[in-house]
Amino acid sequence: MQFGVFSVSDITRDPVSGETPSEAERIEAIVKIAVKAEEVGLDVFAIGEHHNPPFFSSSPTTLLAHIAALTERLVLSTATTLITTNDPVRLAEEYAMLQHLAKGRMDLMLGRGNTAPVYPWFGQDIRQGLPLALEHYNLLHRLWREDVVDWEGEFRTPLQGFTSTPRPLDDVPPFVWHGSIRTPEIAEQAAFYGNGYFANHIFWPTSHSKRLIDFYRQRFEHYGHGTRKQAIVGVGGHAYIAKRSQDAVKEFRPYFDEAPVYGNGPSLEEFTRGTPLSVGSPQEVIDKTLTFHDAFGDYQRQMFLIDHAGMPLKMVLNQLDLLGEEVVPVLRKELASRRDPESAEAPTHASRVKAKYGDGPVRRPRPNANRGDNVTGASPYQDSDAAAEYPAL
Amino acid sequence: MNDRPREPEHTEPFRLVVVSGGTSDPSSTRMLADRIADRVRTLAADRGERVTTDVVDLRELANEITTALVSQLTGPKMTRVIELLGRADAIVAGAPVYKAAPSGLFSSFFHVLDNDLLIAKPVVLAATAGTARHALVVDDQMRSLFAYLRTMTVPTSVFAATEDWNSTELGERITRAAIEVLLLMESGFAEKVRSESWQHYQHEYGSAGGTELEIDLSTDLMRLATGGSAGPRRKQ
Repeated sequence: MQFGVFSVSDITRDPVSGETPSEAERIEAIVKIAVKAEEVGLDVFAIGEHHNPPFFSSSPTTLLAHIAALTERLVLSTATTLITTNDPVRLAEEYAMLQHLAKGRMDLMLGRGNTAPVYPWFGQDIRQGLPLALEHYNLLHRLWREDVVDWEGEFRTPLQGFTSTPRPLDDVPPFVWHGSIRTPEIAEQAAFYGNGYFANHIFWPTSHSKRLIDFYRQRFEHYGHGTRKQAIVGVGGHAYIAKRSQDAVKEFRPYFDEAPVYGNGPSLEEFTRGTPLSVGSPQEVIDKTLTFHDAFGDYQRQMFLIDHAGMPLKMVLNQLDLLGEEVVPVLRKELASRRDPESAEAPTHASRVKAKYGDGPVRRPRPNANRGDNVTGASPYQDSDAAAEYPAL
Repeated sequence: MNDRPREPEHTEPFRLVVVSGGTSDPSSTRMLADRIADRVRTLAADRGERVTTDVVDLRELANEITTALVSQLTGPKMTRVIELLGRADAIVAGAPVYKAAPSGLFSSFFHVLDNDLLIAKPVVLAATAGTARHALVVDDQMRSLFAYLRTMTVPTSVFAATEDWNSTELGERITRAAIEVLLLMESGFAEKVRSESWQHYQHEYGSAGGTELEIDLSTDLMRLATGGSAGPRRKQ
């Protein structure tokens, strides 16, 4: 079971101090948050992707590569990578590069993005969001698994004899989570490919997230990737922790009340009652998080949102201390004791390399020499199946 | 008047839900909606039929309605009312007119409902106002909202300005609307549309108040999700 934190990368005015951080301050802060996440013993850090203010994370692989260089153990991920407005070819290239630099300590979560104006800025149309997401992933999947891809679809210019470089590290593609809260097609795609399914369990009650998690598990089994219990499920969550319950409520309230997503709407108490949000002592956060396991069964990744709505760096780092020292160790122990031996471990690069090669040699492809035409043709690598075909002079 | 009794198998009473946007207590909007519901009940009794009535005073849901407008959260009262409307055989929807429009509370409530919750359900539209100059608000504004929700609004709308409350003509209009909605309930129109044609309407996963949970695995999008092609390009 992996525990981590994810950020949407919002730059929001701190409602208590009245200060809005600069982009520079917030970018510096997010690096510190990620490094701290490793220090306190968390497993995963994930960053969102946005292409409009007030967000800073337009270039997640650059940020994550930097964090990879500053950490040793932390798995770097996204929440989410826009599979709609990004070209799947660029995603294949950028995330494979990140995978090499991070020595496999990365994966990614795909999402659609719900900001309508962003789509036309990248030549797309939000009304086509779902077919775009599905088709783009179909291509991304192949780009990481086939050295040479011929492809034609509805949304992108066709590819002939295209090789996405670098090839994934050890020829093992980055693990992919498909994020969705209400789209059965996305859960189906995750199940079809045997990829992970991530439910951002924040705004809706647990019963809502459970529907598609159960559907995904059933379809995962249907497609022969393993039993329902072996399906790979990730869950988002939102917590604010203080030693004493009443301090948690007091400290968090101004940030909740003015939060861009739910501020000025429901009260903190209504929202805590009706959704998975936990605001309270470590024990209260532990208890509420354990109810997710009651509903979803064994799952592989629990992420917490802890840095949004203008919370200052110091407060976020304090949250990480509490999460790492008082909440996650108890959850690890408690969930390990409840774990069904049949359920899967969280996938890592090492476990996926092992699954593919056992103790055998690992493929690390070496390109053939450049033939002077800058096109590698059908057999770009020395171990490619077909012999290189040279054009007649 | 048709005195044909209901089919013997329909022994369940009709479920009528009154939604009132009135804000005072008692409010004239609630009084008007109650009169319509009472008339439906009386007419039904004459025909050997029973009608149960549930009343939703939107005033009591005001906080949850605004919460639902600005966040994704559906409160416990909203959840109960949505269940009630999902099971309703017909609805009496009454709004006070403010600034030449149905009240914001009334409109907001219907704005946050799932688009497919009320498909084909018979609805009597009613409104109250301080002046007869607002009379067309019902047919001009409320009717289009309920058309969007694809409800079966009855032909007679019931509008009452201050001077209508002691007019016999208001009673006549109430009777006309009540008969219309009763006949629609008797016909089983909503039930038949929903059982025979539900799939022809647009739905989202979890819509219709959380009851729409069928997943069709044979669609173009599902083929695309599983590595196939989406078929011919959709119109942009």
